[in-house]
Amino acid sequence: MRYHPHTPEDERRALEAVGVGSIDELFADLPAELRDPEVDLPPGMDEAALLDHLRALAEKNQTRGPDFLGGGIRRHFIPSVTPHLALQSEFVTAYTPYQPEVSQGVLQATFEYQTMMCELTGLDVSNASMYDGASATAEAALLAVRHTGRDRVVVSRGVHPETRAVVETYLRALGVRIDVVDLDPLTTADLPLGDDVAGVVVQQPNFLGYLEDMRRLTDEAHAAGALMVAVVDPLSLALLQPPGEYGADVAVGDGQTLGNPPSFGGPTFGFMVVRQELLRQFPGRIVGQTTDVDGRRAFVLTLQAREQHIRRSKAKSNICTNHQLTALMATINVAALGPRGLREVALGTVERAHALAARLAEAGYAPLTGTRFFAEFVLPVARPAEELRAALARRGVHAGVPVPAEYGLGDAVLLAATERVKDEDIDALVAALDAAGARRPQEVARG
Amino acid sequence: MADFPLIYERSKPGRRGAQPPAARGFDLAAALGEENLRKDPPRLPEVSELDLVRHYTQLAHRQFSIDANFYPLGSCTMKYNPKVNEEAAKLFADLHPYQAPETAQGALQLMYELQRDLCAITGMDAFSLQPAAGAHGELAGVLMIRAYHEARGEGEQRRVVLVPDSAHGTNPATAAMAGYEVREVPTDATGEVDLGAFEAEMGPHVAAVMLTNPNTLGLFERRIVELARIAHASGALLYYDGANLNAILGRIRPGDMGFDVVHLNLHKTFTTPHGGGGPGTGPVGVKAHLAEFLPVPVVAKRGDEYVADYDRPRSIGRMRSHFGNFGNLVRAYTYIRALGREGLREVSGYAVLNANYLRVRLKELGFRVPFDRVNMHEFVAQPPEGMRTLDIAKALLDHGMHPMTVYFPLTVKEAMMIEPTETESLETLDAYVEALRQVLERAAEDPGYLAGAPYTTPVRRLDEVKAARQPVLRYGFPEDDAQG
Repeated sequence: MRYHPHTPEDERRALEAVGVGSIDELFADLPAELRDPEVDLPPGMDEAALLDHLRALAEKNQTRGPDFLGGGIRRHFIPSVTPHLALQSEFVTAYTPYQPEVSQGVLQATFEYQTMMCELTGLDVSNASMYDGASATAEAALLAVRHTGRDRVVVSRGVHPETRAVVETYLRALGVRIDVVDLDPLTTADLPLGDDVAGVVVQQPNFLGYLEDMRRLTDEAHAAGALMVAVVDPLSLALLQPPGEYGADVAVGDGQTLGNPPSFGGPTFGFMVVRQELLRQFPGRIVGQTTDVDGRRAFVLTLQAREQHIRRSKAKSNICTNHQLTALMATINVAALGPRGLREVALGTVERAHALAARLAEAGYAPLTGTRFFAEFVLPVARPAEELRAALARRGVHAGVPVPAEYGLGDAVLLAATERVKDEDIDALVAALDAAGARRPQEVARG
Repeated sequence: MADFPLIYERSKPGRRGAQPPAARGFDLAAALGEENLRKDPPRLPEVSELDLVRHYTQLAHRQFSIDANFYPLGSCTMKYNPKVNEEAAKLFADLHPYQAPETAQGALQLMYELQRDLCAITGMDAFSLQPAAGAHGELAGVLMIRAYHEARGEGEQRRVVLVPDSAHGTNPATAAMAGYEVREVPTDATGEVDLGAFEAEMGPHVAAVMLTNPNTLGLFERRIVELARIAHASGALLYYDGANLNAILGRIRPGDMGFDVVHLNLHKTFTTPHGGGGPGTGPVGVKAHLAEFLPVPVVAKRGDEYVADYDRPRSIGRMRSHFGNFGNLVRAYTYIRALGREGLREVSGYAVLNANYLRVRLKELGFRVPFDRVNMHEFVAQPPEGMRTLDIAKALLDHGMHPMTVYFPLTVKEAMMIEPTETESLETLDAYVEALRQVLERAAEDPGYLAGAPYTTPVRRLDEVKAARQPVLRYGFPEDDAQG
């Protein structure tokens, strides 16, 4: 397939205007000995053949069937109106809104997004979005280092392992020390604090699904002069105490649960919301309100003196392109659901997760439910987790995110629910677990 | 005229749009603990579905886009985003990153094939598809360079990254974020890296040189092989910023020019949409001597099975969660396989032809071209003497056309950086030239006209100083204002 519109006549006319005899002549500046390499690619395809090829690949995946996968990404219900509105040509194929007079669509929607994120988190200022929850958390840790001038960051083991890995990638090069605090048994133990700690990073609900005592941890962090970074599931904030209320300085997280499809984990978007006092150290694009020459309200990218295209090597971050379209999906989805709808999705999720845990206990399993949990919990099992996940998949059930060995829980999986889970899905899971030999000999539940 | 309302201003208590599955009766406080629950619900808009549709459809209409407007933003490669890419992405939208890998073999195979295709296109030996944007890819690349020098015991000694003075702002920002000191190398009279200054800066303290080729002036660095030789002779590595890869697709490869690390912008060269500011996608590729440092995961093939390989002990680690911006990997793969080898060569050919055509036509109008030679996919111009780039850019908006990139590169006064891309017809380019001609003509007749432009856009010139001095960064609810 070809997407250029040039006819042979067009090509001749353009070459004549430029004053060269052929397109190849335009490349005379390229070193001759390196020009026109052998590029090992198959020949192009027509659209029908291309779609057949892509469908054949897609059919090698299996997505149908009851679903209990979580670990930060969940398949919540997304009303049809959300993608229809968000994926309009004008939003999809626009660039970053550098010319505000013709970018009010993206700019205003982003201002609406920033407002919603402030409301959900209870904090003052939101940026226009970041890449994903993990990189946003790393940026939050860097912000704490810049703000305090200190060089140690304390991170709970309850923060998603992949998020912690990204924090480490970002901080290692700058010589910032990271201390990981264990869980005891399912929530964060005492923090190893000192006057060298820039920030404390805790996830709520934590990676295993359990609720942390955020107020206590925040108070401890503040007593040591450190910033508190709360890594949150934005959907949970329809019900749970918002970070601003327990005193967190920064809220970050991944926005997938607010209305983006899982898409194998990306693109989703990251968000970051901070207290007013941190604005000067804030990374990323921000949209602000102003007026035009006729006095009409208008929106524009603002406070750009923090950013790379102005400040170059002194910028607060190198972030340029963020994740505007996926943030727009969330904005529209939240507006579609409204406060009641969002609450119902969150409530349905919690209720289904608890129904699932109760049914498993009834069936002789020992889910760890002694600690309060939100959408997800740990189920100790009798087989290695990855093997069990594959066995469940063969029975048409998607479930069983492996719990990493670092948690010291032995063979165990995470089970998550959404508001979409039906009773018969739960029955199917229990049957599949039974058939796969997942039940541990009766034991005392921990946690 | 009244202000265009915010979704919050269309809200009415009790109104609802979409309804999720009904939640069953449940004692929330008993399950989660009263102390963990929020006291006040978040204030979110309450609108009907039709209100919602009208609002976001009208907002879309207050927005320029490639699908509706010519958009020749230099360095951004705003080419047509094929619709078949979107159809392809939908086929994979439901995949969960923690599915059993046995049930995601098609997705992993696609990633494996894309890694291979990108190696073939760039002449590199290995790729990781993790990074989520160009700047993110840059960070991954520079962190790999750091890891390479550290592994050789030269981490302490090599603390400087060189960038040309015309580099994208992300280059110096990235180098600083990776813990390096940044030094700029000047541009010479031909618009290329000043070789003498480059040699003078080079030494055992230099970790890397970050280059874009063609550079941000749209000119091919003709001495690239020499630059690479000098850098490598002193132990530095060469980094390729792939923002301008569209110019050379199928014509020459960064790997053959001597680059050790590249990042690509799938949202530029490989037609994944810009989305009004992302999601982008910035895979990183390396030569064999850096492959062990690639961010995880890298997709490998073991027998007939595709696996995400995390067992790479010298990797710089993760750049983000999961498998990167997978949806965009599907789009880019679809584009590459649609075009094939010959199609990719035609992309660069027509991109460069279109840019040169526009350069020649703009000169006829009196625009100045500071480095006037055959350019690649873009060129940098200056307005006729005495005119301001910003004014011309704003006047173009009244013609339904998006301006060029303005005031970049920083090294050229009143810079206008123009990149038409290969997907635009000569008729569109001619219409752009005609719009510019009319702007100049009107400006000559009426000196006040330009300063007032634009006139017909949804809003007109904004008070950006006010936006920065008195920041209003979220909606002010009437009840908050009432409390003062």
